[in-house]
Amino acid sequence: MLENNNKTGLQTFHYDNTIVRNFLIATTLFGVIGMTVGLLVAIQFVFPDANFGLQYTTFGRVRPLHTNAVIFAFVGNGIFAGVYYSLQRLCKTRMFSDLLSKIHFWGWQLIILSAAITLPLGFTSGKEYAELEWPIDIAIALIWVVFGINMFGTILKRRERHLYVAIWFYIATFVTVAMLHIVNSFELPIGFMKSYSWYAGVQDALVQWWYGHNAVAFFLTTPYLGLMYYFIPKASGRPIYSYRLSIIHFWALIFIYIWAGPHHLLYSALPDWAQALGVVFSVMLILPSWGGMLNGLLTLRGAWDKVREDAILKFMVVAITCYGMATFEGPMLSLKNVNAIGHFTDWIIGHVHIGGLGWNGFLTFAMLYYLIPRLYDTKLHSQKLANVHFWIGTLGIIFYAIPMYWAGFTQSLMWKQFNPDGTLVYSNFLETVTQIIPMYALRAFGGLLYLLGVFVMVFNLVKTAKSGSFKPNTEAQAAALTKGYKAPKTEHWHRRIFEWRPVSMLVWSLVLVAIGGIIEIVPTFLVQSNVPTISTVKPYTPLELNGRDIYVREGCYTCHSQMIRPFRSEVMRYDPANLEYSKAGEFVYDHPFQWGSKRTGPDLHRVGKKYPDSWHYYHMLQPTSMSPGSIMPPYPWLFEQDWDKEIIPKKIRAMQTLGVPYAEGFDLVAITEAEKQAKAITEGLKTDEIEVSSDKEIIALIAYLQRLGTDIKNIDEIAEKTKK
Amino acid sequence: MLKFIKHHMETIAGIEIYPIISFLIFFLFFLILTIYVIKVDKKTFKEMSNIPLDDNETDHE
Repeated sequence: MLENNNKTGLQTFHYDNTIVRNFLIATTLFGVIGMTVGLLVAIQFVFPDANFGLQYTTFGRVRPLHTNAVIFAFVGNGIFAGVYYSLQRLCKTRMFSDLLSKIHFWGWQLIILSAAITLPLGFTSGKEYAELEWPIDIAIALIWVVFGINMFGTILKRRERHLYVAIWFYIATFVTVAMLHIVNSFELPIGFMKSYSWYAGVQDALVQWWYGHNAVAFFLTTPYLGLMYYFIPKASGRPIYSYRLSIIHFWALIFIYIWAGPHHLLYSALPDWAQALGVVFSVMLILPSWGGMLNGLLTLRGAWDKVREDAILKFMVVAITCYGMATFEGPMLSLKNVNAIGHFTDWIIGHVHIGGLGWNGFLTFAMLYYLIPRLYDTKLHSQKLANVHFWIGTLGIIFYAIPMYWAGFTQSLMWKQFNPDGTLVYSNFLETVTQIIPMYALRAFGGLLYLLGVFVMVFNLVKTAKSGSFKPNTEAQAAALTKGYKAPKTEHWHRRIFEWRPVSMLVWSLVLVAIGGIIEIVPTFLVQSNVPTISTVKPYTPLELNGRDIYVREGCYTCHSQMIRPFRSEVMRYDPANLEYSKAGEFVYDHPFQWGSKRTGPDLHRVGKKYPDSWHYYHMLQPTSMSPGSIMPPYPWLFEQDWDKEIIPKKIRAMQTLGVPYAEGFDLVAITEAEKQAKAITEGLKTDEIEVSSDKEIIALIAYLQRLGTDIKNIDEIAEKTKK
Repeated sequence: MLKFIKHHMETIAGIEIYPIISFLIFFLFFLILTIYVIKVDKKTFKEMSNIPLDDNETDHE
């Protein structure tokens, strides 16, 4: 054998299967956990008591746990499993370093563990899908770099000159996620697990949704497209339909995706030019997305008979179809008139779950069914059970998505319904919520079906693994690449520059996405007039600032927006006295911004002084006492815990560093100021026969809620005063 | 930190032309890319698209 190899120049080596198996186990485990938590939050919509009366399991803290677990633990581990399996085989080499593989694996699991502990405890940066606090952010960056080194090391020692298109997608994923994560995580730490976003208001929103949108693009989409380009040919035994299309797909997708973020902020206080930019690029995005979808589906042309038999291909077909649906819906929702209906409603929840359950979930399941038998050198325990999983999973998606679309449309139309005399038909927001509770129940049922399917899969895969024996290594042979190879000039530039040179691929992908990011973000920082200042908008008082931190900690933004869009239906509902929509200048002291993305409850941007303090007191203690039928959970712990006095000077100094104009030396009197305001609130409550210590968190929260939107409410008064 | 970037960018003369230049770069890039993929030999693409199917594993069951 060796002799032979010397003659032919073939080298024998081994693929590392252990790391692939570990990531596969992790993705399955965290899939089960993340989806179970998802089911819990879905049930809380119907039975608010399902928060168990504990602060750690209340919706506002558990919902981020669900999203983070599903995105970064389930899909994240799925990405790594697929990348570690396919990269070795596409490069015809073992991973660069087993040690780095191990560090990557255990590091990532530790990050997940720390997220699972800190999110329920209320440690959050308050920015969706980036909730983890600064020490964990740093750990993510480090582990991501380990992954990058390991990936590039592998690519550099490859035995296949050409980089297959799947690897391009992996490279783009690596560079872009690194860039997004670092830029969005600029924050000023003020304690071990507390920080303030470096950006404020509109700028924070723009950066956050540039990140949020591209987390979808480069964490949930591009790596999975890479996996699609590898595993569909593998599972169907035929090459991808059009390699030509895949090249265009790649460059067009990464170029266009990075610009589309502002479509999450249509009709918000974001400058119009940024909104328009987001719309145009979002609409363009359908071309590469559908190009990729067709490329995947057409690969199966002439093999549809196989699809009928093979559960793996079935999962893949539904995954790609869901990708097509979600990427049709995305551009459609980015049109301003459609967005006016869909935004803040359950339509968006339906939309993301078509992507999450269909595209990411089903492709991960297909990969698991494909890989586990191969790694354990055996056959799948039961094709029948895999088919059962496929059907209950598909039904689960349908039962999830349709009620969400229904609920979204219903609620949005109810929000906008006017009487002939110009008043709102459903002026009580709660009516629009109770109307759709049956839809929430159906959605939870859909989630339950989907989760049951996953349990069927786990059983099937465990049985499969037990029937075989794990192969830690797979032997393979390939010739080494000749050293010092210079591509002949006759070879095409694209191959010489990109397809054979991973580092230039990395650099150019980064240039492409960075330019998009810079053009989108820098102008908001540059042009003063983008964020007009409003002279009546003043920084928060120390007590309000503390209350705001409680608002962030409890994840209020997961159900309440702070962004009144410039529609008659919204200003009528949320600011009937002044009819003012939210202005960019109102948010200049908001680190982080709290605009939210979903209205399960009403918008809170002008809630200040709308109700007396006592209303908020009773409402937070038992929401149904003030709003019968409300599905908001009670917050009894706010009445037991004291607001943190000691940290106030630190918070004030941090805000000063970030440019909030508190007077010099204000940090020294801040505690006294806060105590004074708290006393005043408790005195006021006393007149309503409420006895409460001024040190309780509820007092700080009331201070913040009563401040919301009041700066602009006073504009007329102030204008009149100056006239006089 | 952002003020720092801001100041420097504001002082660049003729910064308005940057977006136009970047648009041209992208437009030309995609134009050339399209021409490339249309022109490339079919055989080359066939080779490339077969990479995942090209199994080098020697210890088959």
